[in-house]
Amino acid sequence: MHWLARQALRLAVVLFCVTLLTFLIVNILPGDVATAILGGLATPEDLAGLRADLGLDRPMLVRYFDWLGSALSGDLGRSHRSGEPVLQAIADRLPVSLQLMIMAQIIAIGIAVPAALLSVRRPGGLFDRLSASAAFGFLATPNFMLGILLIYLFSITLDLLPATGFSPLSEGLWDNLQSMILPALSLGLIEWTVLMRVLRSDLLTTLKEDFILLARAKGLPPWRVLLQHALRPSSFTLITVIGLNIGGLIGGAVIVEQIFALPGVGRLLLGGIFNRDLILVQGTVSFIAVGFVVVNFLVDMLYAVLDPRVRHVRFRS
Amino acid sequence: MSGAVSATPLLSVRDARVGFSTVRGMLRAVDGVSFDLQAGRTLGIVGESGSGKSVLVRSLIGLVGSGSGAIVGGEVKLDGQDLRGLSAKDFRRLLGRDIGIVFQDPMTSLNPVMKIGRQIGEGLRLNRGLDATAAARRAVELLVEVGIPEPERRAHQYPHELSGGMRQRVAIAIAIACEPKLLIADEPTTALDVTVQRQILDLLQREQRERDMAMILITHDLGVAAGRADDIMVMYSGRAVEMATTREIFRGPRMPYTEALLRSLPRLSDATHTRLSAIPGRPPDLARRGTGCAFAPRCTYRSGRCEAEEPALVREGGRGFACFHPLGGGGGASA
Amino acid sequence: MSASAAEPATVARRGRPISWTLALPLAWVALVVFLAITADWIGLPDPAAQELILRRKPPSAEFLLGTDNLGRDMLSRIIYGGRTSLIVGICAPFFGFLIGGAIGMSAGYFRGKVDLLAVGFIDILLAFPTLVLALTFVAYLGQSLFNVTLALGILSIPAAARVSRANTLAWANRDFVLAARTIGASNWRILTREILPNLLPPMFAFWLVAVSVIIVAEGALSFLGLGIPAPQPSWGGMIADGREALDVAPHTALIPAAVMFLTVLSLNFLGDVVRNMVDPRRSSL
Ligand SMILES: Nc1ncnc2c1ncn2[C@@H]1O[C@H](COP(=O)(O)OP(=O)(O)O)[C@@H](O)[C@H]1O
Ligand code: SF4
Ligand SMILES: [Mg+2]
Repeated sequence: MHWLARQALRLAVVLFCVTLLTFLIVNILPGDVATAILGGLATPEDLAGLRADLGLDRPMLVRYFDWLGSALSGDLGRSHRSGEPVLQAIADRLPVSLQLMIMAQIIAIGIAVPAALLSVRRPGGLFDRLSASAAFGFLATPNFMLGILLIYLFSITLDLLPATGFSPLSEGLWDNLQSMILPALSLGLIEWTVLMRVLRSDLLTTLKEDFILLARAKGLPPWRVLLQHALRPSSFTLITVIGLNIGGLIGGAVIVEQIFALPGVGRLLLGGIFNRDLILVQGTVSFIAVGFVVVNFLVDMLYAVLDPRVRHVRFRS
Repeated sequence: MSGAVSATPLLSVRDARVGFSTVRGMLRAVDGVSFDLQAGRTLGIVGESGSGKSVLVRSLIGLVGSGSGAIVGGEVKLDGQDLRGLSAKDFRRLLGRDIGIVFQDPMTSLNPVMKIGRQIGEGLRLNRGLDATAAARRAVELLVEVGIPEPERRAHQYPHELSGGMRQRVAIAIAIACEPKLLIADEPTTALDVTVQRQILDLLQREQRERDMAMILITHDLGVAAGRADDIMVMYSGRAVEMATTREIFRGPRMPYTEALLRSLPRLSDATHTRLSAIPGRPPDLARRGTGCAFAPRCTYRSGRCEAEEPALVREGGRGFACFHPLGGGGGASA
Repeated sequence: MSASAAEPATVARRGRPISWTLALPLAWVALVVFLAITADWIGLPDPAAQELILRRKPPSAEFLLGTDNLGRDMLSRIIYGGRTSLIVGICAPFFGFLIGGAIGMSAGYFRGKVDLLAVGFIDILLAFPTLVLALTFVAYLGQSLFNVTLALGILSIPAAARVSRANTLAWANRDFVLAARTIGASNWRILTREILPNLLPPMFAFWLVAVSVIIVAEGALSFLGLGIPAPQPSWGGMIADGREALDVAPHTALIPAAVMFLTVLSLNFLGDVVRNMVDPRRSSL
């Protein structure tokens, strides 16, 4: 438990610094909010009035702790534009973003794991070389480019799937999936490459171990040796990389939501940025960063579930 | 071995060869080894590290090859059945049922992320058709048999939660689970504490006797083979250089390398680990072997002929040796 | 940045003589660089000149790569856009490496509190999804070539710091460094004369990869309309513009996409080759 406590403390420190940094970026950098909101023609009195309303005339640190205090009690303020509570706005859009990222992750893992397993059956063989080349190609494809290509291919040329527009789950699973499949592919088809490479390399290392020989000596067929003995001990780097890549996935989601006009958190953030909606941007960026840190923390914990050796070291010492 | 007995041997190996193509050329790790092993007997394979013992036995059961660029040759028969001619599937079935293997390092030979009970039961379910509960029950019985206290609790633990000696006991339980006819133990005590080495060897010997298995006991230490093997095959540089019953070997080796191994044994009173480096010089580089006897550079009996020609393994009175100037036994093998 | 596998799956293998896997990417990158440098002197039409009658023309003898939504010459815009991509792609990692390299070296050399501080700082930068951080920076700094470069430069600090820290740790205990210390060389001198030269090869290999990553990131910012401001062409911006006419004039999006893809692919190939030369064993970052 000692280890858990230390990790929790670290998590708290990082979260504090992250929100502070967000606050500083949004508040220190040039570009006056009041001017942005009221436009260039506002009188100095109007501006001063608005600043006082927003509390912008008080020292920055005081404002930060005010903000942090309300944030901890679940209040991220209200958008300048719509007057909507920021947390509510995020909560409304979060399911779309989560669905997008989870589907992308499923696609990525769903391609990466079989590809890696097939590759190591014959390292240097035809499948291995083909999948390595495919991975290299997809790795050089930015997600915004892939999104455009998928629209061109599946919406315009083949006319199979909608190019934009989101159908919520309430309108039926099939419509919902149809509107999400291209966005999810735009992310997943890139992510799998990294996962495949990492897993392949770890599998090759594991397959040289004695316990693999022993599994073969028990008479297990090759595919069972791979799945039951090699896969799990080879998946630790994979988990780390999945965790690390969640950052890239979040960035990708911002772009993909924009391309496919999905009402997710990323699009909320972009709208806030274009509208100079300071409170909204502050809240959304903090929320994303906190979410990212927490997910990474959870991924770390997942090790303990997967690897009994880690569990042993961490929880008993 | 034991030439006098003429029943069909359990295991019969003829001209086993394993080559690895490396950047430095073809490395002959095993070069034309032949031997027979009768049911219920124990063969000790002895030789310095790197002499090809592990590669030899692994090649017999198809565990070298795939992926490592190895070229495997020769004939292997188990119970008169040619193993090299079997389909992959039949071979796997035979391997799982009839042959058990214990590796050197129980640290690396057990799956770190699978519970012990399941690792033992796995072979039973596959080869003996037990269901999950029956396999789990049998796994616990096997843990009892190999002398692990609290077997029920241990079955639910992972390898890292056990000591090295315990882990090797688990490895033995896995190896004997399916009642194999042949047990291969590849330096089963080398990675263990001196204090538990004897226990593990005793356990192996007891299991071998009780189950009437044949056993191949690989070791770099003639002393380990001494009380436990019926026959001994000495390997040097990928070849069998001397074969005889254990008694004959200890009474009088014919091959100078065997003699050197015997000399490097600690005295009776000495309990510490044997150091084979007591033999001056080093084994030859397998990738660039010249003509002549591989042991010649380190041999005190060598002659000009030893450097020019390679001695073949000759049989004489039920034992075999590869040397132009064999020790003892009066005459010599020179034609 | 991604961890990539060792073993033969890297497409460019080691030890092969110069082959098409090296020559083609090299030629393509050289072409892009050459055109970006000479863009002003090779008689290209003004990349911002609009000719609305001639909008969305497919490639022809007059407009080699066609025209865009506003009738601007695509070839010219791609070449000038390449200039933008290269400036940002080359300078941003350089900036990041200057700062990140210094942080990583101090952390790896002094260890202790300095290390703790540096690792903490990097942890915090890494706690932001990179694109979100870049968006926020650019949005509040204001969109300009310099600010985009600065924002993306900051993003490359953590990775650069990690590489230099790991390598400094590895070198700081070598005999020649200890020897320099015993003869009384100052820390500054040891860092710059003994350790820095050994850091340059891995940092260079890493920089090559960073260039392609930053080019993609700049493309993403421009694509979202938060990169280099409007009339100035950039690949990401062109792809975003082309998205609107994807059904009637797909070339407006597909051509810049193809150019960007080839450039990033080539840089990755070259990065792979250099990385294998610098360190055949550790190819993950
Ligand atoms: N996969 C392999 N590739 C190349 N050489 C190998 C391989 N496996 C073993 N060898 C070589 O074969 C020789 C014999 O090894 P081994 O059988 O393990 O020796 P021993 O078990 O007697 O100590 C050694 O020189 C070793 O380097
Ligand atoms: S053949 Fe010659 S060199 Fe080889 S062991 Fe016999 S005496 Fe020694
Ligand atoms: Mg061995």
